[in-house]
Amino acid sequence: MRFVNAPLSREDVSSLALGSVVSLSGPVITGRDEAHVRALEYLREGKPVPGCLYNSVLFHCGPIMVKGNGTWKAIAAGPTTSARMDRLEPEMIRRFGIRAIIGKGGMSREVCDAMKECGCVYLAATGGAAVSLAEALPRVSGVEWEDLGMAEAVWKFEADRLGPLIVAIDSKGESLYDRVSGSLVRT
Amino acid sequence: MIKLPETVEQTVVNLLRLANTKLPPDVGWALEAAAAWETDGRASAQLGAILDNVKKAELLGRPMCQDTGIPIFYVKGKIPPSIRQDIASGVRRATAEIPLRPNTVDPLTRKNPGDNLGEGMPIIHFIPTGDGYTEISVMVKGAGTENMTRLGMLNPSDGVAGIKKFVADSVLDAGGRPCPPGVVGVGVGGTAEECLSMAKAATMSSSENPDPVLKEMEEDLFVRINGSGLGPMGLGGDATVLAVRIRKAFCHTASLPVAVNIGCWATRRASARITEDNVEYSQEADV
Repeated sequence: MRFVNAPLSREDVSSLALGSVVSLSGPVITGRDEAHVRALEYLREGKPVPGCLYNSVLFHCGPIMVKGNGTWKAIAAGPTTSARMDRLEPEMIRRFGIRAIIGKGGMSREVCDAMKECGCVYLAATGGAAVSLAEALPRVSGVEWEDLGMAEAVWKFEADRLGPLIVAIDSKGESLYDRVSGSLVRT
Repeated sequence: MIKLPETVEQTVVNLLRLANTKLPPDVGWALEAAAAWETDGRASAQLGAILDNVKKAELLGRPMCQDTGIPIFYVKGKIPPSIRQDIASGVRRATAEIPLRPNTVDPLTRKNPGDNLGEGMPIIHFIPTGDGYTEISVMVKGAGTENMTRLGMLNPSDGVAGIKKFVADSVLDAGGRPCPPGVVGVGVGGTAEECLSMAKAATMSSSENPDPVLKEMEEDLFVRINGSGLGPMGLGGDATVLAVRIRKAFCHTASLPVAVNIGCWATRRASARITEDNVEYSQEADV
């Protein structure tokens, strides 16, 4: 297990070996279908986009949030299927300099290529391990685009040893999913 | 006048809480067995993280997965006239009280009403029988698995080999997206919509298939898919499916419909049998 702290530099992510296990602390934002659509739409229209997107660790996650005493708290926050964001992610990585994406199920070759070009990694979280992962997101530092709804809003978290995360696409664009699917036994 | 210990609305809230916070015993045991047999280190770590999460969810009374899905109801037996409204009120309350993630949206505007209701929701299947009780079963269906659903209108000449290939390919092509290892529901025969319906209902089952031919097909597919190397979360390993469940119905002589509907490792369900003076809960459902 390797402990890393966000924000991550290009050097940080290039040092993460394919298949290694990582625990991540520091700022993490969530973003899925609707946030991707809006971020790219706003960029095209020249509208302001939340600063937290730049050089971020982007978690494909639509958490369950509860508000108590005026403070938000995540009670379940596992990864969502990343492949839904395949079409929009290359531009997101190029325009916002995203350094790491946390998700499940892997992403397309086009996304892997953008990761290689810009210096970004894909960290696989255990799908459905939502209670354990929420425990590692103890602090909410804010929320953007709350009008998109609980699942689609951009939640800003301070992660405390979020993991275990597996480096499933490295900064050279090598994908563990491609390796597994390339060697599947189909009888 | 017979007084039930709780309203149908309350029963629905209880069912959704049970389904979301506690894994059905048969699914839990299958996961434990998969973890014990797993030979791949990375896969073992994934299964360990899953089992750890299941325990925490039950202990804290929290939904085990943030995707609390769309609840799909099966009402069997005596059908009370106000059942639709009662189930809808139960879903609305459960969303606020447990809480569940508000998941339902308008398919075009993507607007979310925030209560897991809306046009056509909740989805309820009715199975009227002459019994004196009402049985409400619920499946909590996430999108990661639902999006991997496949319907194949095969040629009759494709036969059993063609059916097996279609099922195995559907699971392997889905890769890590439906959060393997899970329960693979298969429908064979019927018409297009009936075939899909059987595949989904099959994921609810926790008992051995009474049909020996289907049972043999289930076992063969279980071995084949678990020998593929896809593994938990599609990251490689032995455990790719926990169970394969097949249902069949007669079909047109010129058709061979096959449907695959997958349940994730968190194949969540609960059932309540409402009799004249009692409500009995279970995590086994026969629909």
